[in-house]
Amino acid sequence: MTAALTPPPGQSRDFGRKDPRAVAETVTDPELPMLTLADLGVLRDVRSEDGTVVVEITPTYSGCPAMGVMRADLVHALHRAGFPDVDVRTVLSPAWSTDWISADGRRKLAAGGIAPPGDAPARATGPIPLSLGPTRRTAACPVCGSSDTVEQSEFSATACKALRRCRACGEPFEHVKEI
Amino acid sequence: MAHEETVYDALDHAHGGEGQWAFGTGFDEPLAGVDTTVPEGIDPADLGAYCLMLGDDALVLAQRLTAWMTDAPELEEEVAFGNIALDLLGQARLLLARAGSVGVLGRSRDRATAAIPDEDALAYFRDPDEFRNTGLVEGTGGDFGQTMVRLLVASTVRLAVFARLRESRDPVLAAIAAKGVNELTYHRDHAARWVLRLGDGTAESHRRVQAGVDAVWPLLGDLFSATDVETRLTTAGVAVDPAGVRHEVRDVLTTVLGQATVTVPEWPADVAPAGRTGRHSAELTELLAELQGLARQHPAATW
Repeated sequence: MTAALTPPPGQSRDFGRKDPRAVAETVTDPELPMLTLADLGVLRDVRSEDGTVVVEITPTYSGCPAMGVMRADLVHALHRAGFPDVDVRTVLSPAWSTDWISADGRRKLAAGGIAPPGDAPARATGPIPLSLGPTRRTAACPVCGSSDTVEQSEFSATACKALRRCRACGEPFEHVKEI
Repeated sequence: MAHEETVYDALDHAHGGEGQWAFGTGFDEPLAGVDTTVPEGIDPADLGAYCLMLGDDALVLAQRLTAWMTDAPELEEEVAFGNIALDLLGQARLLLARAGSVGVLGRSRDRATAAIPDEDALAYFRDPDEFRNTGLVEGTGGDFGQTMVRLLVASTVRLAVFARLRESRDPVLAAIAAKGVNELTYHRDHAARWVLRLGDGTAESHRRVQAGVDAVWPLLGDLFSATDVETRLTTAGVAVDPAGVRHEVRDVLTTVLGQATVTVPEWPADVAPAGRTGRHSAELTELLAELQGLARQHPAATW
């Protein structure tokens, strides 16, 4: 959530040019190009340290293959905006959650034909309860808006999505699954 | 046109000689910017050895699951296997990179060129006796039912261990585990629902999943036996004693198999760790030959 990206005091005064945060926030996700990395909650921090722009990003899933491209896109965008020294760092903790997708990001997902996630499951300590029943997730069809949709598979074209079908209009669609 | 030694040389040449190593996932350093300092009182050699155990379990299981691509009964299941394998591969990369960050590279560094990242050197340039995965994950999968039984057992054990590792004194391991728990919860539930559906399905699906359980059960004998490394690291607050997850694992498996109307075989007696100490079946050698063959034939290939 972008609220977590509060800049340290005086950060934007370190540079006489554009705000590096504003530049980093324009970079889009390689697999969900309708979203920026900030919308997705992957961009965790942008700050300056001794003249270097330090950007922190977190992977959505452990195997996210897009991290290298995100890193390169961030470096490229900041270089182009006049910041020669850029250090993009990975942060693993806390683990990414779909709750970090911004309200704007959710609107963009739906407009792009992908159902946004509901609330992520609570992260309890201790043993993880087994869930044997059919999944209780619901998602409105991004095409016709009907809530009469059914899950086809918990897995889809990318790690972060499930595959659903609308029983009202018959269209299949993807759903960013809650994690 | 200049003569190129191999197709990789040609591709590298086409990219101005700045190509990436051809075989790894290492297009990006998985721990870039992560503080890899080892906390006081933790033996780096033990920590690295433990990360290899957990990383190799994930790497080998990912390779087995990937073999189902183009061969699963439904397209959706191929996608599911691909996603689960990708999550596991991501966990493996992080864990092998953690092992590399504390200097545990075994003989792999002597065989891999300097341009190959640590996690790729560990994945592609270790021999079978240097792998530390359990026997459970290395066997050929059998049919779809047996594959799901194996995935159920492996993800149940891994989820129980990772849930506890969230409290590890190594912050890198704790972060990898916390992330992994969210993924493994999906894997375990997916396998459990399939075992339920098959066991409580037709006579044929029941027969197959029961045969899968009977075939996999003997492999549970060393899952709850600690190596010396795990014992020392458990005392140091870094690792999880596998004996400590036995009851949780049994409860989960008994619940799933009971609802699936599958008979739970007798629990095998504890035996000394085999895979965790480098003793493996010939099946791992075959798996690694396929996984590593091309990389070892062209160790310096880039593109």
